[in-house]
Amino acid sequence: MPSKVCALCEKSKAILKRPKTGQQICRDCFFYVFETEVHNTITQTNLFSRGDRVAIGASGGKDSTVLAYVLKALNERYDYGLHLFLLSIDEGITGYRDDSLETVKRNQQQYDMPLKILSYDELYGWTMDRIVSQIGKKNNCTFCGVFRRQALDRGAAMLNVDHIVTGHNADDIAETVLMNIMRGDIARLGRCTSIVTQGEDTIKRSKPFKYAYEKEIVMYAYFKKLDYFSTECIYSPDAYRGHARTFLKDLEAARPSAIIDIIHSGEAFEIREEIKATQKVQQTCKRCGYMSSNDLCKACTLLEGLERGMASSGITDRARKRLDAEGPPPGNLRTIPFFQPLSGNPTVIIEAST
Amino acid sequence: MSTISLRIEFGGGLELLFSNKRQHTLTLSSAVPFDNNTKIAPDMLSGVETKPADVEYLLFYLRDILLQERPELFMEDKTVRPGILVLINNTDWELEGEGEYVLQNNDEIVFISTLHGG
Repeated sequence: MPSKVCALCEKSKAILKRPKTGQQICRDCFFYVFETEVHNTITQTNLFSRGDRVAIGASGGKDSTVLAYVLKALNERYDYGLHLFLLSIDEGITGYRDDSLETVKRNQQQYDMPLKILSYDELYGWTMDRIVSQIGKKNNCTFCGVFRRQALDRGAAMLNVDHIVTGHNADDIAETVLMNIMRGDIARLGRCTSIVTQGEDTIKRSKPFKYAYEKEIVMYAYFKKLDYFSTECIYSPDAYRGHARTFLKDLEAARPSAIIDIIHSGEAFEIREEIKATQKVQQTCKRCGYMSSNDLCKACTLLEGLERGMASSGITDRARKRLDAEGPPPGNLRTIPFFQPLSGNPTVIIEAST
Repeated sequence: MSTISLRIEFGGGLELLFSNKRQHTLTLSSAVPFDNNTKIAPDMLSGVETKPADVEYLLFYLRDILLQERPELFMEDKTVRPGILVLINNTDWELEGEGEYVLQNNDEIVFISTLHGG
């Protein structure tokens, strides 16, 4: 088969068929269009301001590794004037996160960015290994998800950053749209396609890869020979997301634009005012000061259940009632340190890159 | 009987299905059974309908001979499971005819899973 010529420069050999457009393009044009589209997403949504301190939520996986590389390149090329940091959460999963953190430490050197690692052990007094040994593999993703979200915000506050960017890509967002529709989760459906989310007093979060296809992110990492870690979490995967993912990949195989089409559908949904009115008002957790829609935030509820040996109390209402019936928590209960966002000066010494 | 030599690479977590080894070299007969039957030895092909060794046959060969566990994570129907990227000599296989690409001596075929954690 004769090799095909790049549809953009019309000179070099095409090496990639773009899933979004079907265009056949060469290596250099691919790097250029991939980076430029991310740049366009950033400028069209006014994602950053000059001087912003931005933490990249870094897991050592493909998405966050490519995000760190591309943001560093764009920050230099277009002079955004950003201060970039790597922020990693150590969930305490032996044989999984310890290996991927080694990748993040290499990225710290390769990209010359300061790195902060915050562990569940440090923040909550529990590693995921210990949580799973108490509660088993069922529902452990609930703990991990709730704890990670809060840990990222707290790590960001320690770095005194204004903004956390994550590597969520177009495939992830389309998957989440599908999941929220299937679960009837109207509140999340409304916000899952926003490029930026921000709670009352928490740090701004955004997804610069919102429109970047997973295929292109992986191809980019492959052609740039970026160093990333890929393995499945050793604890039970999120089964519901797995189904949505398989379904989405099948749709993509039949029609590659399906991913971007689903995102557009998600963006176009409007929630009626009377539905919005029934949604809970945000407040702050009475115990730890983190944003919450109840008196206690989800992380404090889960932690109390763990500490009192009734871990399911954070998962089901019935178990929660059983816990409440046992009386108030003991005075020496381990709690999460009180949340103090944006204090003015970094509250920790970050590991400087050398 | 002529043969072709291939370099195979697995990445993105796919190597876990293949003895946790990323790089493999293998030799295929240049003519293979038309129905991708990998149980027929290359010297037993007389009377069997054949075709030039193509990527589709290679997939069956990798699944039946090299893969150690969970074949459903590698193949679905007669192709790779959706979400696995394939490169033929550093080019997206979608530009090379996918399974119909006829393998040449010293070709390098790379398989990368996109399905593992980001």
